[in-house]
Amino acid sequence: MFVIRRLLALAGVLIVSSFLVFAAMYAAPGSPENFLVQGRTVSPDVLAAIREQYSLDDPFLVRFWNWITNVLHGDFGQSLSNRQDVGELLANRLPTTLMLVSLAAVIIVILGIGLGIIAGTRDGVVDKIIILGSNLGFAIPTFFAALILMSVFSVGLGWFPVFGSGDGFLDRIWHLTLPAFALALPSAAVVARITRTAIREERDSEHSAMARARGVPGGLVLRRHVIRNSMLPVSTIVGVHVAGLIAGSFVVEYAFTLDGLGTLLVGAVQRKDFAVVQAIAIILVAAFGIINLLVDLFYASIDPRVRLGLGA
Amino acid sequence: MSTQILPTHTRPAAPPLARFLVALYERMGVLGLIAIGIVLLVVLGAVLAPGIAPYDPTVGSVTQRYTGMTAEHLLGTDQAGRDIFSRLLWGARSSLAGPLIVVGVTAVFGNLIALVSVWWGGLVDSLLSRVLDLLFAFPNLLLAVLAIAVFGPSLTTAALALSIAYIPYTARVIRSTALRERNLPYVQSPQLQGISGAVITVRHLLPNIAPLIVTGATINFGFAMIELAALSFLGLGVQPPAADWGLMVSNGQQSLLKGYPAESLLAGLCIVLTVASLGYIGEKLGGRAAAGRKA
Repeated sequence: MFVIRRLLALAGVLIVSSFLVFAAMYAAPGSPENFLVQGRTVSPDVLAAIREQYSLDDPFLVRFWNWITNVLHGDFGQSLSNRQDVGELLANRLPTTLMLVSLAAVIIVILGIGLGIIAGTRDGVVDKIIILGSNLGFAIPTFFAALILMSVFSVGLGWFPVFGSGDGFLDRIWHLTLPAFALALPSAAVVARITRTAIREERDSEHSAMARARGVPGGLVLRRHVIRNSMLPVSTIVGVHVAGLIAGSFVVEYAFTLDGLGTLLVGAVQRKDFAVVQAIAIILVAAFGIINLLVDLFYASIDPRVRLGLGA
Repeated sequence: MSTQILPTHTRPAAPPLARFLVALYERMGVLGLIAIGIVLLVVLGAVLAPGIAPYDPTVGSVTQRYTGMTAEHLLGTDQAGRDIFSRLLWGARSSLAGPLIVVGVTAVFGNLIALVSVWWGGLVDSLLSRVLDLLFAFPNLLLAVLAIAVFGPSLTTAALALSIAYIPYTARVIRSTALRERNLPYVQSPQLQGISGAVITVRHLLPNIAPLIVTGATINFGFAMIELAALSFLGLGVQPPAADWGLMVSNGQQSLLKGYPAESLLAGLCIVLTVASLGYIGEKLGGRAAAGRKA
């Protein structure tokens, strides 16, 4: 029930936001046919032919209707700048972005939660260092981290390739390791922080004190009572940050010149190739919504107190 | 008048500045003072840039490329022979102006939306909540990139678009707090006396949630600085040859790979230090606001 309602809400958001995006592109200054002829003087006949070919003279709502029905059939139209099928362009770019975001998500979980648990359970120098590191890490822009990692590990030490996305699965991972670290760093810093606070709260709580007083071994208290309970707030934060990676990936892809959706979007914006911009925007909004939905579902599955669709 | 005028000279008062610093130290700690110092330095640099920058930030000289640190060029020059120190000073201007726009616009509209929906509730509240939900569906940077696609790349476009992306976050936080305050006696009793909602909101409600607003704005400022720098890095924000920290990081990328890291490194460090300082200050302010709330 809950899932169906959320999916319906997501569909509603997608329809409204695709309308907004389409309207914004429609209202944008500068007409597509001027872009296509690129400043050359052409006869009005040619212009009319171009307008005819791309159905630019149809009323706005008709164009929106045609576009959205085509999108629902999987047809995103043609790129204005190189006449390529937008769907095909996206399909070529999607794997890189998907892999980059998943790798970064894994790094956020392992590094963020791992360091958070270490800082939460240990006092003194280790804790202080991790806090300081997370304070700084959070302030480092992804593109700056990208440049530093690139110059140290690719140019300096030669461990990783400088540019490109690689071919084949393993080669791709190798190419995407540094970008994923750059992308994950600020989020991992925040997650480490939240984890540390949550761990400390649970560690000082009555139920873990009680468990320790009963003589339950420290390691078991930590695993069963402290870490398990503290993962509730942490999982929300992780979810928010993983969803946020979608937009963050533009910047890192650009810094490492990866052939992902982000570089495609940035290029399309600079060339005013609106067919591509619209398509990517809709896909990213959909992905953002789906990840957020998955996070909520996951949250409900680990917290038995959240009864989906019954209480609300 | 029977009250005696207290002789002030018996207790030698510390100079006001020193007293202020001590009070500041007690609240913020050593790191807090350093953070405030860094932010002040950056602001000063930005304000005084036209006066103290030794060179024109956009004019270089081919004979002065990559000079390294010399007496003439304190921090060296970039690949076009432009003085990096001067560019950092001028870059502080756009790097601060952008986030300032974002924080200002976000604070005004975020709070307005929050307070209006709390005061009227009902239909207005649920309508505004739907609008905010729609904005929440767009990742911040995506919204900014879309606006830039429509209106063309510039700092103003980027900053305004980012403001729209930030408004829902501010509005949601302020709304939930204001909703709690709404039912407290200090808000309820003037309402019973027939004082208008606008007056109560401005004179009573707003001052009580002000600490939260200030904290949020400080933290937003850091976020905005990073995201605007990222947009400039992508070539969608501040346009060359203007000096901007984000732009300098991207401009210096080729030099960095060739072994001249100064430009990217210094500009990046400026961003990191400013954002980290603001984050720390915001956190201290937030802690204080939270503590005051509990007491």
